[in-house]
Amino acid sequence: MKKENAKRFGMVIDLDKCTGCGSCMVACMAENNVPFREDETDKLLSVAWMRVYKLTNGKAFPDADECFLPRPCQHCEGHHGHSPCVSVCPATATDYDASTGIVSQIYTRCFGCRYCMAACPYHVRLFNWWDPVWPDGMEKMLNPDVSVRMRGVVEKCSFCFHRYQLARQQADYEERGEVAENEYQTACTQGCPAGAIVFGDLNNPDHEVTRLAQPDLSHEGKSRNPKAFRLLERLGTNTKVYYLSSREWVRRLGDNYQVKAAQHQA
Amino acid sequence: MKIDRRSFLSFAIGGAAGTALTPLPWKLTDDMSIWSQMWPWTPVPARGAVTVVKSACTLCPGGCGINVRKVDDRVVKIEGLPDHPVNDGSLCTLGLAGAQLLYGPRRVKTPLKKVNGRFVAISWEDALAEVSEKLSDLRAKGGAHTVACISSSDRGTVAELLARFLRVFGSPNFIRMPSSQDAYEVALYLTQGVRAIPGFDVEHSDFVLSFGSGLLDGWGSPVYLFKAHSQWRDQGGKLIQVEPRLSRTAAKADQWVPINPGTEGALALGIAGVIIKESLYDEKFVNSHSSGFQEWKRLVIDGFSPEIVSKVTGVKVTVITELARSFARANRPLATGGRGKGTSPGSLKEVLAVHFLNALVGNLGQKGGSWAVPEPEYIDWPELEMEQAASTGNQQTRIDGAGSDIYTHARYLANRLPEALLTDPGYQPVQVLFISEANPAYSLPDTTAFKDAVAKIPMKVSFSSYLDETAELADLVLPNHTYLERYEDVPAPSGYPLPIISLVRPVVEPKFNSMHTGDAVIQLAKALGGSISKAFPWDSYEECLEETLGDKWESLMEQGYWVDSEYEAPGWSEAFETASEKFEFTSREISALGNYSLVKPEGDEAFFPLVLIPFDTMRLWSGYVGSPPFLIKSVEDTLLQKNEVLVEIHAATADSLGLGSGSTAVLTTPKGKARVKIRTTEGIMPGLIALPRGLGHTANDRFLAGKGVNYNRLAGPVEDGATGHDAAWGIRARLAKA
Repeated sequence: MKKENAKRFGMVIDLDKCTGCGSCMVACMAENNVPFREDETDKLLSVAWMRVYKLTNGKAFPDADECFLPRPCQHCEGHHGHSPCVSVCPATATDYDASTGIVSQIYTRCFGCRYCMAACPYHVRLFNWWDPVWPDGMEKMLNPDVSVRMRGVVEKCSFCFHRYQLARQQADYEERGEVAENEYQTACTQGCPAGAIVFGDLNNPDHEVTRLAQPDLSHEGKSRNPKAFRLLERLGTNTKVYYLSSREWVRRLGDNYQVKAAQHQA
Repeated sequence: MKIDRRSFLSFAIGGAAGTALTPLPWKLTDDMSIWSQMWPWTPVPARGAVTVVKSACTLCPGGCGINVRKVDDRVVKIEGLPDHPVNDGSLCTLGLAGAQLLYGPRRVKTPLKKVNGRFVAISWEDALAEVSEKLSDLRAKGGAHTVACISSSDRGTVAELLARFLRVFGSPNFIRMPSSQDAYEVALYLTQGVRAIPGFDVEHSDFVLSFGSGLLDGWGSPVYLFKAHSQWRDQGGKLIQVEPRLSRTAAKADQWVPINPGTEGALALGIAGVIIKESLYDEKFVNSHSSGFQEWKRLVIDGFSPEIVSKVTGVKVTVITELARSFARANRPLATGGRGKGTSPGSLKEVLAVHFLNALVGNLGQKGGSWAVPEPEYIDWPELEMEQAASTGNQQTRIDGAGSDIYTHARYLANRLPEALLTDPGYQPVQVLFISEANPAYSLPDTTAFKDAVAKIPMKVSFSSYLDETAELADLVLPNHTYLERYEDVPAPSGYPLPIISLVRPVVEPKFNSMHTGDAVIQLAKALGGSISKAFPWDSYEECLEETLGDKWESLMEQGYWVDSEYEAPGWSEAFETASEKFEFTSREISALGNYSLVKPEGDEAFFPLVLIPFDTMRLWSGYVGSPPFLIKSVEDTLLQKNEVLVEIHAATADSLGLGSGSTAVLTTPKGKARVKIRTTEGIMPGLIALPRGLGHTANDRFLAGKGVNYNRLAGPVEDGATGHDAAWGIRARLAKA
């Protein structure tokens, strides 16, 4: 693919709007055939591509405050596609797609070494310790656009890549060159009742996501929006998920290295 | 051969180089992983034709439109219906997980009859015959009024069919499950003289003062509220949350005002006092369109000065005056009441106090204000022909006492059922109980008392699609189709300001041997014959629905909803149907109900030094539908660990009890005790314990049952002096190390 046609799909999540309800998590599970077990309370073992974290400002009552932070795969670009997980995968099961900016995961290639899980700074990768089971005919609700993962492989958020494939097919079929912004949206974006998630092509200046994220390409996509931040930006992972918050303590918690550095100086 | 250092090294290095060069190990690893992943039991979802069906969600009172994506005849995904006025394309946690309620293991697959304490399958003919025989027997003996029905709603054709059945049969005992609508309806009636549904034009308000309403925790129509909140963020609207706990709504609010629980009404009156004293109220409304203002003003100024209110509520005087000023000076202020998701009515005087704030700033029926939405009028069925048995039966006092001399204003009092059923051991006022789309054995406060009371009823008939707590108590379960397998109308989404109806339609063929409750009622009526049969002139529920909706049917089928978008609330000169034709701050009727007083939680303070309050979250549902597996999966580990629920408690309170975060404790209330885990937090007032609603199921499937504690098992109702509704907001409690 030619460079000028390359997409860089990304997301902006407005933490001022996010209410932490969890609709994004459920929309994702239903779309992506995420399995469920009787006890899902051990979150290290619980497979969820999207997870909503709760941040607290650490102040005492009544000044305590909370903020909710939904965390899909951050789809790190790193330096020229060297995202942390891609560079350690011995099976080439995960790869950075330069034409879309999506970090892929091919389950049948993965042999479960879990290097990628160790390398990922965001805990987005999860290992299938058990065979997925859908009791009593519940496999009826499985989505044929997404393959079911088996025991022994790692999985993670794909930015609903199958939806892009379907939209592309449709566009090709109708002999349109481009997929429109609203034709390819992730399940979490679509499901979010607060409209807190915006998804689109960060290379396209007309897309809402670009207007909000205002990525500075000469500085590895760092946002020019003063309200925006990326998780652990200092690691140089060059992620494509931007967060917006009007609260300073939230922005600082987004990069705990910065907090440490600030404390160090103080 | 002699192995020296040199030959050993060349062997090792050569071996390593050879291994690295040959593809064999890589090929073997690859083969092995492929082989070990091709398990025949990993399902491969079948491809097929993709279709999308427009329908509506019935899982909560929110009334959202849905798009159901199907692959051949399978429901694969439920999404929001784009352009639907309530939810415009997005959906909440529960709605998104709806397919699990269709395919999940908690379905009732066929009519069930309890024989010797165990359910056995029976045919629909036998099941309906059993009910109709019992009913005609009762009626012949003059006991028509001993039939009762509990339903989650009293609106829409299914609820109206049940109510109609009871009426023409001869029973006044149709009971709606409690919610904050109960108190709001009375408030609207007393002050505005109208029988109407409370509506809140939140999306156009720019200053929302919420007295404990979980606006972002599932109050009203959740998705509509979420969208309004995002609009406030874009357009600079403000949200103030008055609540003892840092709920999600409080965390998202521009200001969290922690308050002593149960004193929200006092704060509302305190704020009203400041508004009046500083003449910040809407003079046009108050002077020309209200009555009884002077009298009420005196009550408020004398009894609820900021100093007094501050002492009661724990909110600083400066905060009270500041709130009053910013509320009154906002362009479109709005005050809301009804705690959490609004599953409990609360005290009438408290709701009135909040409602008076809306009146003071003149937002009634205005853009961004508090509306009285007319009851839907499309259900216009032929007059009933009342036989003697029917008229006599309907003249009997209701078993819950609603509408009687003592409880004049209440329409339904489900909270009084246990008391009414257990008072006289020699007499059983209810012989047959129908339960439709309600799970009172789980959702009514003091579940133990309810279960004891219901056990005394000779015939309990549940129409539940799921084997929930109440269905387990039933003698007959006549399973309804789930909402993805049936037709139904969904009118009047909770709190939504416009008249709207959405249409539920069958997305898939019924999966099991279930029957539409509407059809079951029609068939029962036909079996009973006479005027009862005549009251139901339809062959099927579908025919009834199509006829009822009349000219709306076409647009409902096409669009999925019908909305009166031109609807405008009547102007102030026409809006009020009270004696004075004005809004009444006080009247003889209102004064007769006594002054505002705090609702005390049940229990002796000396023995129960703490107070237990419930809280709601979007990830757990406490209505008639229990949370499906995806929702339980999404519950945070700060709320549920293994099967143990974590209660929230202030760190200092925990310290004083010698309880650390993560430790196990026994929580005791006057109603019962339970094992809980402790989570200390700074997001709650000291002296309180907060327990989430929606856990502690004993029935339903293994993904839901046996996890945590049901708040309603530990809590009990407190009767509101003015109405008889449940006014409880918490219960006294004790925590001790386990």
